[in-house]
Amino acid sequence: MSNAKDDDAVAGPVPVAPVPNAPTESGPVLAADGTPLKRSLSRALRRQKGRALLLVAPLLIFVLVTFIIPIGSMLFRSVENDIVSNTLPYTVQRLASWEAESGNLPSEDVYKAMYDDLFVAAEAKRHTRLGSRLNYEQTGISSLFRQSGRGVDDLAGDAADALEDAVPAFGEGETWYALMDAGSGEGNTTLLSNMRDRIGRLNDSAASAEMDFVPSAEIAAVLPRTARTYTEWAVYTVTEDERNPAERDPWELVSLALLEELPTADLSGLSAERAALLQQAQAVDFNVPSYRETLAEIDEEWGTVTPWETIQTHSSKYTAGYFLNAIDAQKTPDGYEWQPEEKQILLTLFGRTLFMSLMITGSCILLGYPVAWLLANLPAYKANLLMILVLLPFWTSLLVRTSAWKVMLQSQGVINDVLVWIGLVDDANRLVMINNQFGTIVAMTHILLPFMILPMYSVMQTVPPSYLRAAKSLGATNWTAFWRVYFPQSVPGIGAGSILVFILSIGYYITPEIVGGTSGVFISNRIAYHISSSLNWGLAAALGTILLAVVLVLYWCYDRIVGIDNVKLG
Amino acid sequence: MGLPPYATTPQRIWYYAFRVICALIFIFLITPILVVMPLSFNAENFFTFTPEMLRLDPDGYSLKHYQDFFTNNEWQRSLKNSLIIAPIATIISVSLGTLAAVGLSQSHVPFKGTIMAILISPMIVPLIISATGMFFFYSALGNWLEATLGLDRDFVGYVKVILAHAVLGIPFVIITVTATLVGFDRSLTRAAANMGADPVTTFFRVQMPLILPGVISGGLFAFITSFDEVVVVLFVGSAGQKTLPWQMFTGLREQISPTILAVATLLVGISILLLTVVELLRRRSERLRGIVES
Repeated sequence: MSNAKDDDAVAGPVPVAPVPNAPTESGPVLAADGTPLKRSLSRALRRQKGRALLLVAPLLIFVLVTFIIPIGSMLFRSVENDIVSNTLPYTVQRLASWEAESGNLPSEDVYKAMYDDLFVAAEAKRHTRLGSRLNYEQTGISSLFRQSGRGVDDLAGDAADALEDAVPAFGEGETWYALMDAGSGEGNTTLLSNMRDRIGRLNDSAASAEMDFVPSAEIAAVLPRTARTYTEWAVYTVTEDERNPAERDPWELVSLALLEELPTADLSGLSAERAALLQQAQAVDFNVPSYRETLAEIDEEWGTVTPWETIQTHSSKYTAGYFLNAIDAQKTPDGYEWQPEEKQILLTLFGRTLFMSLMITGSCILLGYPVAWLLANLPAYKANLLMILVLLPFWTSLLVRTSAWKVMLQSQGVINDVLVWIGLVDDANRLVMINNQFGTIVAMTHILLPFMILPMYSVMQTVPPSYLRAAKSLGATNWTAFWRVYFPQSVPGIGAGSILVFILSIGYYITPEIVGGTSGVFISNRIAYHISSSLNWGLAAALGTILLAVVLVLYWCYDRIVGIDNVKLG
Repeated sequence: MGLPPYATTPQRIWYYAFRVICALIFIFLITPILVVMPLSFNAENFFTFTPEMLRLDPDGYSLKHYQDFFTNNEWQRSLKNSLIIAPIATIISVSLGTLAAVGLSQSHVPFKGTIMAILISPMIVPLIISATGMFFFYSALGNWLEATLGLDRDFVGYVKVILAHAVLGIPFVIITVTATLVGFDRSLTRAAANMGADPVTTFFRVQMPLILPGVISGGLFAFITSFDEVVVVLFVGSAGQKTLPWQMFTGLREQISPTILAVATLLVGISILLLTVVELLRRRSERLRGIVES
C-alpha cells in the first residue's frame, strides 16, 4: 500500500486528523475544520434541536390555535362580565359614587344616564340580553328591562313631536346633519372615536365602518349631550343599519337632549346659520320631567333601591359571579350567600357526577379484574381469541353501544322481556332500568370496561406466574398467595385503569343524555344545556372550568403513576 | 393453568365458578352488540323482539330498515357527510401527526414534556369542554371566513368540522407513531445517509416503510374518532354537516325508527373490519421489529 493511496482515503473530515499545528495538551480539542470541538458539537446539537422543533412546529401551532386557545378563551368567559358596563356605560360610571347602604335612591343624574343608556340599548335591542344576564343574579330583573325597553321612547317621542311641530325643519334628516356635522369647520374626532368604541362594545363588534360624519367641535362644546347622542346614532346607523346618516332622522333621544340643553345654552359662539336654527328651537316650550319619575312610571321597580344595587354589584368588568353560581352561591349587595333552596342544583349535580363516576369506576374494577387475570394467564392463542370479545366493543361506535343499551334496558326491552318470560318479573310491573342512574351506570360500565381491562391486562402480563407458585410452595393458601403476592403487583394496572375510566366518565355527555333521563345526567349535560338552551354561557364556562380542573389534576396523577408515553392503544 | 389433579373440592368449585363469572362478564360485554343485529331485521317498527321473530317466522323478519337507510335522503346525506369529513380530518391529523412524532422521537428536543402534554391534551380534555371552547372559536372563525373571504356558508361549515375533528384525532396518531418509533433502529437512517440519501429520501424510503403500521393504525384511530364523534359536531357544525352519529343521536333522543339499529349493525361490521386491520398491522409491526432487532 502506497502512501498516496492512504491520502486519497482520508478525503473527508476525520475526527482525529493529523492537523499541522496539532493541539498541545493544555489547548482546546479542535474539530477537523479547526473550530474547538466543544463549539462544533454544540452547533451540531443546536441544528438537531432546530430540525426537531421544525418538524413539530406545524402541528404544535395547529393544536395551539384550534384547541388550546379556544379552550383558554372559553375559560376566560367564566370571569368576563363586561356586558353591564358595555350596555349601560354612563349609568355604571355615575352609579360608582352611589352608596347603596345609605338606603337613598340614586341621584337624578344617575336616572338621566340610565334613560340615555336604556334608550340606546333598546334601539340596538341589547337591553333584553342585559336583562337575562342580570336575571342570573336577581330573578325578575329581566322583565324590568323588557318593560323599560318598550316604554323608554315615549318621553323622547313627545320631545321630538314638540320640536318638529314648532320647527318643521327638524323633521328632516338633512337639517340635523347640517347642524351636527363639522363640515368645513373644526371637528371633534375624540368624541367620534369614543362613540365608535362605545357602539362597538354595545354590539360586540368593531364599529369601524367608513363614514363622512365628524361631530362639529363648536356644537359639542355648547350642547355636549346632544352632540354625543347624535354621534352615537350616526355611528350606529352607519355600522348596523348601513345607511347614510345625512338622509335619516336621528333617534328621538337627540331631540329630547336638544330641548333639555337649549334653554341654558350659550349660542353666541356658534356660526350664524346654526345659531338661527337653534334660536327657533329655543322658543319651543317643552317641559322635561324628572327622569326618576319617568322611569318609575315605566316600571315602579326603578323607584326602589333593588335594581340599582344589583347593577352596581355586577358592574365590574370581571366577576366571580359565574363561579359562585356554579357552586350554588351568589354575590348579593350584602356579600356572598347561598342561592335560595329551590335553585340549589349544581352542587348536587357535581356530587352526583362524582358519585356515579366512582360507581362506574368501581364496577369496572370488579368486572375487569377477573377478565384481565384470565386473559393474562391463559395460553396465548386462547387469550387472543377472548381478547376479541374485549376489543370488539372497544372498536364499536359509541352510539351503537348506547342504542344497544336502550334496546336492552327499556321497559319493553330485551332484559325485561327475558325476565317476564322466565317469570321472575310480573308483566304488569316491569323493572324501570332506563332514564335513571341505574341505566347510566350500567351502560357506561359497559362502554368503559375495555379501558379498564386493557391496562390491567398489560400489567398482569408482566407478573411472573412463578411468584404465585413460590408463595404456595412456601405454605400460603390460595387466598394469601393472591392477596399478599399477586394483588400488590397488579395494583399499578388497577390504578392506571381506574384513573383512565374516571377521567373518561366524569366528562361523559352522550350516554347519560340518552339513557340517563333526569336523575342520571352528569354535569356535562348541564354544560350543554347552558350552551345550547339557556344561553347562560358564563355559567357553562365556569362549570366547564371546574370540570377541566378536576380532570387535569387526575391527568397529572395519571402522568405521575403511568406516564403519558405509556398509554397503549388497541 | 389447568386444574392440577390434586386439587381439592373447594378448589375445583372455585375454578369452575371463576370461569363462569368470567363467562358472564364476557356475555355482558358482547350481548348488547349481538342483540342489535337480529333486531335490525325486525319487520315491525319496534325496538323489541316480536313474537314472530321469536318463533323464527320468516314473516317477522325483513330488510325494510336497511332499505330505509339506503333510500332515505336524511340518512344518505348524513352518511355522505361522514364520508367527507372523516377521511379529510384523518389525512390532516396523520400527516401533521406523523411529522411531529418523527420530530419528537429525536434525541434532543427542548420542552419535550410540555409539547407532548399539549399534543395529547385533546384526548384528555372532556369532549364537552372541547366542544364548548370550539363552539365559540369556530363560530367567530366561520363568521370571519364568510364575511371577509366571502366563502360559501356550507363550505365554511365543513372546514370548521373537519378542523375540529382533525385536532381530536391527533393524540391517537402521536401515541401510535411514537410507540412504533421507540423500536426504530436509528442506525438505519444513519446508514442511509451514509450512502448518500438526503433526509427526505431517507424518510420515505427507509423510515416510512418501517413505521407504516403505526401510522396506519394511528390513522384508523383518527378515522374512527371522527367517524364516531358527535358532541363536537353537534356544537360546531350546522344542519348541513349532519353526520351519521348525529343523525343517530337525534334518532335515539326522539325515538324514531329502528333504522338506527340497521345502521348500528352496519357500523358493527365496519368495526370488525377495522379491528382485523389493526390486529394484522400490529402483528406485521411486531414481525418487522423482530427482524430489525435481530
